[in-house]
Amino acid sequence: MNDTTNNDLPRISIRGLSKSFGDNVVLDGVDLDIMPDKSTTVIGMSGTGKSVLIKCILGLLKPDAGEILVDGENWLTLSENEHLKRMRRIGMLFQGAALFDSLKVWENVSFALLRQDVSKKEAKERAIEVLALVGLHDIAELMPAELSGGMAKRVGLARTICHKPDIVFFDEPTTGLDPIMSDVINHLILRLHKNSGTTMLSITHDLKSAEMISDHIALLCHGRIHRIVPANELRSDKDPMLRQFVEGRAQGPFNCSHWGINIEEAIDR
Amino acid sequence: MNWLSSIGSAVEFLFNRTGLYALMLLELLRKLGKPPWYGRQLLLQAEEVGVQSLPVVMLTALFTGMVLALQSYIVFHRFAAESLTGLVVSMSLVRELGPVLVGLMVAGRVGASFAAELGTMRVTEQIDALWTLSTDPFRYLVTPRVLAVILMLPLLTVIADFIGIYGGYAISVFLLDQNPTVYIENTTVYMGLEDFYSGLVKACFFGLLIGVIGCTEGFNCKGGAAGVGTATTRAVVISCMSILVSDYFLTAWLFG
Repeated sequence: MNDTTNNDLPRISIRGLSKSFGDNVVLDGVDLDIMPDKSTTVIGMSGTGKSVLIKCILGLLKPDAGEILVDGENWLTLSENEHLKRMRRIGMLFQGAALFDSLKVWENVSFALLRQDVSKKEAKERAIEVLALVGLHDIAELMPAELSGGMAKRVGLARTICHKPDIVFFDEPTTGLDPIMSDVINHLILRLHKNSGTTMLSITHDLKSAEMISDHIALLCHGRIHRIVPANELRSDKDPMLRQFVEGRAQGPFNCSHWGINIEEAIDR
Repeated sequence: MNWLSSIGSAVEFLFNRTGLYALMLLELLRKLGKPPWYGRQLLLQAEEVGVQSLPVVMLTALFTGMVLALQSYIVFHRFAAESLTGLVVSMSLVRELGPVLVGLMVAGRVGASFAAELGTMRVTEQIDALWTLSTDPFRYLVTPRVLAVILMLPLLTVIADFIGIYGGYAISVFLLDQNPTVYIENTTVYMGLEDFYSGLVKACFFGLLIGVIGCTEGFNCKGGAAGVGTATTRAVVISCMSILVSDYFLTAWLFG
């Protein structure tokens, strides 16, 4: 594991990342730097490749071109086993939590620890401790099917941080949750970021969430990072595309024609 | 020209699936020799495949042996060769029906379960989650399942053979009043160990087919709930067809 802590160098540096599915070019030369201990959120319209970007960084998808440097090491050239070892420093919260149906809540939370040299007793104690951090008590012995959506998301968050990763990814952390539960999740992520100084990359449509949990917000558009702004300047930025996205307007520079939608005609009707 | 297009699609599908199964098998062989091996997962799967399949396998074998005895007796009675009933029942079961019927039963029960379980894990991102928790999904999910079914199928076949032969014995002796000593003697004298082993070789091969096909369909599942349904149906149908087709070639190879 590379423990480089030079705060002047990006923790994650993405250079010219491209990914296509057949004729559909999803990522077309993405360049993005994520600094250590900072929280960056990528926003963008549905289908612009936000999830593909995260999956490429995690090694779940193989990009067609580009580099993914983590502390200066190109993860795309790693062997499968080396990549798996690097994943020990990674945490990932999936959109649907992706809890393992056949395992109890505490086994889900401590899954990464149980694969390392940690005893079952210690792993369970750590799982209960982390579950308490996300406000869940007395559910360690439950099965995932017995949890509500909000609880499952919080268990997913507990699993993400249980093994103390130094880089955490969030895929739509608040999607599908009610506003109050969304706020709870945002506060938990914020607390995690402030307390442990974890480097974070999130993708979301939820601008309130993005502003709350991020230091920087990047707009992904037409397969590239179009603009990066500090989170507190999101709403004051003058970029027309970013403004259109923030204001949630159908009319604007965003090209919707590739979905077969004629915005003017749709509005006229 | 619709028929030509249908033939083309069928051939493409055949090559596509064969390629996928071959890749899965190669990956399995590549990863089998190196740790981690996840022994607990193997035991859990062995319990699921072996112990949980016992009732259906035993029931199938018992009634197959009984029907076989009844049919053989009726035919042999026509030329006063009823004493051969035991031999026909035991030979048919040990060489052919035991492994094939166990294979078909397990393909229906376990092959479907592999495809549905892995397919659901794929579409709900649980397989991706394993990777992010520094666990190789292939080693954790596929290897134990395929090994479990390869190991358990011969054991189930041995049990099915004995129960089937007992079913035939029960019908012949208790219902058709055959001499039990003659029945047992004819069963044991003419049956060699090679008959028994050939059935076990077939069972191992059928286990490999069920494991690889079920896991490939589940692991490569796409398209939500409908995709899981398609993967499950394919796993069962292709496994059953493969067992029946490969049985002919295995028989020709083993006894040819």
